[in-house]
Amino acid sequence: MYVAVKGGERAIDNAHRLLATKRRGDPAVPEVAHAQIREQLTLAVDRVMTEGSLYDRDLAALAIKQARGDLVEAAFLVRAFRTTLPRFGASEPVDTGAMQVARRVSAAFKDIPGGQVLGPTFDYTHRLIDFLLEAGADIAEPATAPADDAPMPRVTDLLGNDDLIERNPPGDPDAPVGDLTREPLDLPADRDLRLQNLARGDEGFLLALGYSTQRGFGRTHPFAGEIRLGEVELEFVAEDAGFAVPLGTIELTECQMINQFKGSATEPPRFTRGYGLAFGHCERRTMAMALVDRSLRARELGEEAKAPAQDEEFVLMHSDNVQATGFVEHLKLPHYVDFQAELALIRQMRREIAERQNVAPREQQALPEAAE
Amino acid sequence: MAVALAFADPVHEAQRTFRAVMNALARPGTIQPVAGLLDAPAPLSSVAAAVALTLADYETPLFLDAPLAANPDVARYIAFHTGARIAAAPSQASFALIADAASVADFADFALGTDTYPDRSTTLILQMESLMAGPSLTLAGPGIKGETTLTASSLPSDIVERLAANRALFPRGVDLILAGPDAVAALPRTTRIRSA
Amino acid sequence: MNAMISTATPSTAYNFAYLDEQTKRMIRRAILKAIAIPGYQVPFASREMPMPYGWGTGGVQVTAAILGANDRLKVIDQGADDTTNAVSIRKFFEKTSGVATTTLTADATIIQTRHRIPEKELTETQVLVYQVPIPEPLRFLEPRETETRVMHALEDYGLMHVKLYEDIATHGHIATTYAYPVKVEGRYVMDPSPTPKFDNPKMDDCAALQLFGAGREKRIYAVPPHTSVVSLDFEDHPFEATKFDHACALCAATHTYLDEVITDDAGGRMFVCSDTDHCEERRAEGHRGDLLGEAPAAIAGSAA
Repeated sequence: MYVAVKGGERAIDNAHRLLATKRRGDPAVPEVAHAQIREQLTLAVDRVMTEGSLYDRDLAALAIKQARGDLVEAAFLVRAFRTTLPRFGASEPVDTGAMQVARRVSAAFKDIPGGQVLGPTFDYTHRLIDFLLEAGADIAEPATAPADDAPMPRVTDLLGNDDLIERNPPGDPDAPVGDLTREPLDLPADRDLRLQNLARGDEGFLLALGYSTQRGFGRTHPFAGEIRLGEVELEFVAEDAGFAVPLGTIELTECQMINQFKGSATEPPRFTRGYGLAFGHCERRTMAMALVDRSLRARELGEEAKAPAQDEEFVLMHSDNVQATGFVEHLKLPHYVDFQAELALIRQMRREIAERQNVAPREQQALPEAAE
Repeated sequence: MAVALAFADPVHEAQRTFRAVMNALARPGTIQPVAGLLDAPAPLSSVAAAVALTLADYETPLFLDAPLAANPDVARYIAFHTGARIAAAPSQASFALIADAASVADFADFALGTDTYPDRSTTLILQMESLMAGPSLTLAGPGIKGETTLTASSLPSDIVERLAANRALFPRGVDLILAGPDAVAALPRTTRIRSA
Repeated sequence: MNAMISTATPSTAYNFAYLDEQTKRMIRRAILKAIAIPGYQVPFASREMPMPYGWGTGGVQVTAAILGANDRLKVIDQGADDTTNAVSIRKFFEKTSGVATTTLTADATIIQTRHRIPEKELTETQVLVYQVPIPEPLRFLEPRETETRVMHALEDYGLMHVKLYEDIATHGHIATTYAYPVKVEGRYVMDPSPTPKFDNPKMDDCAALQLFGAGREKRIYAVPPHTSVVSLDFEDHPFEATKFDHACALCAATHTYLDEVITDDAGGRMFVCSDTDHCEERRAEGHRGDLLGEAPAAIAGSAA
């Protein structure tokens, strides 16, 4: 017999006890420490920090452990923690031009000042399962070279020096920094809020949308101007101190796309920009984000907005995986009251149709008589 | 100079004050007791101070009428306890504190909201000498079963006309919280009003 | 489950009722605006809660913002106090606020609900807090917020009437059985949340304050007490609340909303009150349904 989901507290407690057992898995296998996740599943940690909007490797690693490796659930845990934290203000803008670069590639030029730096990348690995990893083989020390202090100017800045790419609008130091975690999103949204939305957005959603633009649903002719990964200084101006206090360094990935140029009879043509930024090493997501950012600028750049990735309301309202997973999964909550209302109506309508069909043949028989 | 004290138990006192204001707005004309902040600097009344500290913060610019603006301790008290900026003009204010309610500026000088966002309007907190004495008004509308009567001492003499004009703007308009000596009452923009 | 009133000791790790005071103030301001503009959806900066969006985060934020130490809280889902999500939300408030909780509708000062309005008439001293998934009644006709906001501003509800009329043309009925749109105080068309239309008449001229929280969609709206709430209809197709052909199998009520429970795979079914507190109270008063004493405890509750 089916029993409606009732029985409350004990059932919930028992379910959570079972969950803890399942999370631990076979007790004969050593338990994974959150430090191991932090050090060895770093890309998962980076994604959870980014989608969780909180730069805290230890917390993200613990969330991944608690979530049994479900990264959306882990980001949710981080978000719910983040919302309880006091807020002291906004940091100074980070200067990615001064980044301590670990990886830096440009697809737009063969060589650039400071050089191309491959760094730690899956690129050019052959995707063959490495069975040596299973055995835990020793790994070779990384190759080293003398430190090079040569500056690494951003490729978009080099283009900007020649006026070949649009200038980033200068920031208004007095304007408040938009924050969609503190104010409800109002459409149309300015680019600061759009970028914040995309930076927290689901990687899979961004990837699919970015991909769709490449396939012609709102094409933007992108070139990967530059992707850089490394550490930047974070500074905060405390009201009392009156000057910027260094808070430490954080690792960021930045992608600057160079897109379809714009110009007019009076305005010389310039390339346009799409921008992606994420905590840690999140290359795929920053590239996808840069594509979507550029697509969402359709209105501003006078382009016809008809593809999904250009539709601001569609993109911004559906990018958040914590919102999306909650609402999709809420369908498993009991809905039997509403379903009962539907059942009553559908039964009534079927009954009425059946009655009409039973009546109809008699009416037809009656017709010839009436004709006579 | 030290700033006067506010809630001793901010969490629960703010909650009780809020519930009084919520009930007052939900049931226009009813008198909802509020424990005031006795240390509020004059001419800010103790109940108006409690309401302001319950609702205002750095997100809500607050307007002070001339008598309140005349004593800098009032602005200091509000800024210290809420972080709210003092609005230069009534039209920029989320809340307006009015000590001299009988001379309150035209409601249209305050933020009235827009047709798409009628919530972006000013809530006026009007200090009343009494909610037990004064001219009687007959109220009807949402929150009121049939009709009810409100007695308030310090409203402008043309309050009926003013509120009728405010009502005509619906869904735009201002909402009034009347801060008496030990209680609040309220007149939301939905209330229909006539002299009793 | 037995009717109960319980008290708990609050956890001190978080602020009273979990939310920080700044967040409560922001929500409280939205609630006041919602009361002043009945049926209008006030945008608010909904916070990320420690429970998923779609599982009551809006209702929980509204309840947390109004809740006081002396309140008695009742939480229901599908009309019942012991459905899993109702249990979970009640536990959340027991843990974070320590307020008294109750299953007795008459004893509660705040009732948070998903999908039902209690059968017992609510009173002047009560607040009903609804959990709302999609607050915009026009959303399924026009998915864009930018468009629906203008429709509300212009009081342009033609689209809704067209939809309801098309239902009649296709099905002979208005094919909306829950989340049935209402007009509040003759102005705003409002989504009553996914309550069955059976409950719509209870919203009209209700003595209690009704507050609606949509967390994911970041909207709060309200119906003040004694406010006109009219279900949309047509002169030739007047609104009709769902009626049941059965009485409750446990308490014999003929005026309540019923859950259909399938009891075997051979067409066996029984109908029982969705409002468990109301049903238990009737049974305690001596009302006896056909299957009282026979129904399994999972359905009848321990009061059977």
